[in-house]
Amino acid sequence: MPAALEISSLKKTYANGFEALKGIDLNVEEGDFYALLGPNGAGKSTTIGIVSSLISKSGGNVRICGIDIDEDFSLAKKQIGIVPQEFNFNVFEKVEDVLIHQAGYYGIPIGIARERAMYYLEKLGIADKQHVQMRMLSGGMKRRLMIARALVHEPRVLILDEPTAGVDIEMRRSMYEFLRETNQEGRTIILTTHYLEEAEMLCRNVAIINRGKIVTKGSIKDLLRDLNSETFLLDTQDVLPAGIEVPGYALRQVEPQCLEVDLAKGQDLAPIFTALSGAGVTVVSMRNKENRLERMFVNVLEGAS
Amino acid sequence: MSAYEQWIAFLTIMRKEVRRYLRIWTQTLLPSAITMSLYFLIFGTLIGKRIGTMGGVSYMEFVVPGLIMMAIITNTYANVVGSFFGAKFNNSIEELLVSPTPNYVIVLGYVAGGVSRGILVSIIVTSVALFFTKLDIYNWFVVISVVALTSVAFSLCGLINAVFANTFDDVNIVPTFILTPLTYLGGVFYSLDLLPEFWAGVSQINPLVYVVNAFRYGVLGVSDVDITVSFTMLIGLTVVAFAYAMHLLSTGTRLRT
Repeated sequence: MPAALEISSLKKTYANGFEALKGIDLNVEEGDFYALLGPNGAGKSTTIGIVSSLISKSGGNVRICGIDIDEDFSLAKKQIGIVPQEFNFNVFEKVEDVLIHQAGYYGIPIGIARERAMYYLEKLGIADKQHVQMRMLSGGMKRRLMIARALVHEPRVLILDEPTAGVDIEMRRSMYEFLRETNQEGRTIILTTHYLEEAEMLCRNVAIINRGKIVTKGSIKDLLRDLNSETFLLDTQDVLPAGIEVPGYALRQVEPQCLEVDLAKGQDLAPIFTALSGAGVTVVSMRNKENRLERMFVNVLEGAS
Repeated sequence: MSAYEQWIAFLTIMRKEVRRYLRIWTQTLLPSAITMSLYFLIFGTLIGKRIGTMGGVSYMEFVVPGLIMMAIITNTYANVVGSFFGAKFNNSIEELLVSPTPNYVIVLGYVAGGVSRGILVSIIVTSVALFFTKLDIYNWFVVISVVALTSVAFSLCGLINAVFANTFDDVNIVPTFILTPLTYLGGVFYSLDLLPEFWAGVSQINPLVYVVNAFRYGVLGVSDVDITVSFTMLIGLTVVAFAYAMHLLSTGTRLRT
């Protein structure tokens, strides 16, 4: 089975001479849930722009579901649905019309388009806004409509460029649920996001792009396993005794009932629990001080710079 | 895309365009009816009576074809330039650009929207004209083909303008400073025979002269220029505008980065 997205030596130099992509290679397998991460201006949106045909490449190759965009971009475009970062609607159009028109541009007859429009509007919880003009929708509803619009021609690959930016927590959770379900149905999802927690929660594989280059890629689990250190916060029932120490471990008492522990790769927490138990302190909860993917992300970017 | 899928895409663009101008009919259809009624009343009836005949027909009869053509030109142009630039401005043009719809279907879809508005406006303006004068069509084939070619040509010109426009001011510059003067100087209100030889010669480079006279020939059977020359110019304008519009879309000028 061909890869859902295969990018090799992809380059983009803008008219002003800025090199946005310096020859990136990427391979996203069919059915994957893939995160493309990177700081602002790293080249994520340029990559998506090239895949969606809004930006022309300066070099390299892109294959979508095995179809080379240089050979048959029309067929390749049918395989992908794009959810852009910015809203790009005609604000005077009605919600249902946005979806029916989009389906029409893919050659889907109006009867089928109407059925699909209703299906996705219901799935995304905005069916009651069917006859409402776009300008009347909230930001979160517009975001969901953009997902429905990208799916109305039933593509094999869904590409989302920061889909949850500015969306409240509840709506974000329901979008996660929908995207998981969509992925489980066999659709490949490629996601760019600034919420690293989102990528860790949803995606299996990740590529980190910085200054137009892929600096690391692979399975999220494997990359996290390579983290050299993690910091845990232990909340205790009792007030911590002053000057508690465990040889080989860096401990900091951040609050009377909270201990911060740096855990190097290969170390475990058992000696800490033993020491605390010996001091008559009970641990009631434990959490990572920071998102692990965030730590990895920062490490990778620092290493690359 | 198969031919059937392309047909659906074409119908989708056209339907969207038609629904757009029908939804705002007070801005798109009504003004032509009112403006043309005033032209008919002032130039045709009030001033026209004192002018007498022109080109062998009453002045009222003389101005009607030119005014109908003026309405078609301004409406087809305005429809496409406004709609396409609007889509560019709010980025909804990306909906089309990311889809597999071929460029020629995008061009034809927008043109079909403009042509349909041009035809609708021409029917409205002709109906208004019938309150002021009677119209016996001299040659239906010429009338229909001139209306069709003119609508297509000026829809294409509107599309080209929209591609290059960066602001709403850019959308209005061509209609205000180029199209309207050329229409007024294109023999809508006078016969070229009235001009001094030099200015009559200069008028030959105004494409609107051929459009207005071709239509006047179809309606009244009178024209300042040879009908075959008019048809050649109109077909030439349409072919060049279509080729250029296609070139702009295929190179992604001002649409893709």
